[in-house]
Amino acid sequence: MNPPDASPEKWNLRLYTAGQSPKSLAALANLKRVCDEHLAGRYSIEVVDLLKNPRLAKEDEIIAIPTLVRKLPEPLRRLVGDLSDTERTLVGLQLRPRK
Amino acid sequence: MSGSGNANAVSSGSRHAVPSMPPLTIDLAVVTMKMERPAQAHSLPKAATGIHGLDEITGGGLPRGRPTLVCGGPGCGKTLLATEFLVRGATEFGEPGVFISFEETADELAQNVRSLGFDLEALVAEKKLAIDHVRVERAEIEETGEYDLEALFLRLGFAVDSVGAKRIVLDTIESLFSGFTNEALLRSELRRLFRWLKDRGLSAVITGERGERSYTRQGLEEYVSDCVILLDHRVSEQVSTRRLRIVKYRGTTHGTNEYPFLIDEEGFSVLPLSGLKLDHSVTNERVSTGVPGLDAMLDGKGYYRGSSILVSGTAGTGKTSFAAHFAQETARRGERCLYLAFEESPAQLIRNMQSIGVDLAPYVKKRTLQLESSRPTLHGLEMHLVQIHKTVARFEPAAVIIDPISNFIDTSTAIEAQAMLLRLIDFLKSRQITALFTHLTTGGRETEATDVGVSSLIDTWLLVRGIETGAQRTRVLYVLKSRGMPHSNQIRELDVTSRGIQLKPMKARKK
Repeated sequence: MNPPDASPEKWNLRLYTAGQSPKSLAALANLKRVCDEHLAGRYSIEVVDLLKNPRLAKEDEIIAIPTLVRKLPEPLRRLVGDLSDTERTLVGLQLRPRK
Repeated sequence: MSGSGNANAVSSGSRHAVPSMPPLTIDLAVVTMKMERPAQAHSLPKAATGIHGLDEITGGGLPRGRPTLVCGGPGCGKTLLATEFLVRGATEFGEPGVFISFEETADELAQNVRSLGFDLEALVAEKKLAIDHVRVERAEIEETGEYDLEALFLRLGFAVDSVGAKRIVLDTIESLFSGFTNEALLRSELRRLFRWLKDRGLSAVITGERGERSYTRQGLEEYVSDCVILLDHRVSEQVSTRRLRIVKYRGTTHGTNEYPFLIDEEGFSVLPLSGLKLDHSVTNERVSTGVPGLDAMLDGKGYYRGSSILVSGTAGTGKTSFAAHFAQETARRGERCLYLAFEESPAQLIRNMQSIGVDLAPYVKKRTLQLESSRPTLHGLEMHLVQIHKTVARFEPAAVIIDPISNFIDTSTAIEAQAMLLRLIDFLKSRQITALFTHLTTGGRETEATDVGVSSLIDTWLLVRGIETGAQRTRVLYVLKSRGMPHSNQIRELDVTSRGIQLKPMKARKK
């Protein structure tokens, strides 16, 4: 398990939303906050709107909205929800060890 | 063969005879079953399943544009029923479908049904079917706040639009409960899902695993109020039987019985006790019994076409000989005859019958006669019935002989055998197929009571028995009943000779 901020690797995150729903907007805001705090300068966020691209829901195996997928670093991680629970978000992203 | 003069004499004699009615063993079970025939519904629009028998008991299929819940234990055939609903829809009714699988991948699914002759991959390639495997694994999902299942809806919508689906299967949606922890949310999303399916006008099949106290573990029946079908797989006396019951079908009169069904190389088949009413068209046409002396006893003309005939008697009284005569006679007229032998192999039967001058071999060669042997114990009762149905549908015989039906009784409880025979007789009658059954009565038993209690279903009942006259045992035959004809009430002496069965009046034998 990597200790927080110890690895210089690039983080590649993808957030799946469905339009501009309150939950999607909240998730994006929460994600940016977490990233700025823990991954400043070494992350990229791609927002995929499944309303515009429904095909990707199947291809990327998405069920819930919003879903955050950590594509890099590996392994792939999935988080569902608006990321309002910061503790679980950090654990899910493996930025903090599970208690 | 015995002379025609003799035949005339007998028939003129019988004209004076009052047709005797044997004491009927009226069987309540049979009567009840007949009254429970499902009525044809002209209520809700239906989506035909194309599944043998299921459309009959549902009055045309599943509710169109509405969800149906199919539930049952593991391995009961839920997925298969659902798959067949889609495949038949796509191939027979021009309704493309979507399969949303929460358990198996598209490959696994295709593999599982390939043995049933369904080629899912081809249907997908032809854009008649879309398969989406929705993988739900809790270990992979971290819940960090509020969410909904909008992505699932988008996937469904995308799949539906991609083929223009009219039908959809969700198998098994309860898997969602293992992936997500927020049950309240899941329930409200399920409610939204079922509304969505209805808004889209999709005829849907939702499968659910049987719960302990409810039809499904998660109480899906709460959401699906239109139609609930329960599947069951049980084993009794080493014979496994699958059964289907329609628990609920809003707005439709439906059969409430448990219907046996089976899954074989042609898919799913449900056996309605009889999907038919007692309104078979009847004919006045008569067919020869193949035994002139017997024709004479039956008003000089033989059996009615499409009637059911029972030849019962103790062992070694010539029941099979009567069956063989009839088979030969049918084939000789150029009509097809299906002979199901449960005690002898075809070769043995042919050899034995040749010894009494009945040569079946040429007709077997010409394919007007089909001999099939098997032991009923090998399969469950239903399996047998379905096989008979299928053979009959394929071969289209004018006559079917089952020799003997007693063997069916050994493999099942009497009630089951009776229900089965009822179904079979109904089925054959509906096709105007003359059916001849032999039945072995055990010595000492009341000869006029058949074990199966099918007497009320039988139109012509012949009884053969051995009697001791002086120093010898003589076989005799009489007509216990024969509906709709003045038949002889004489007892005839029966000789099985190298030229076939000969019937003689008892008096003629007096020394």
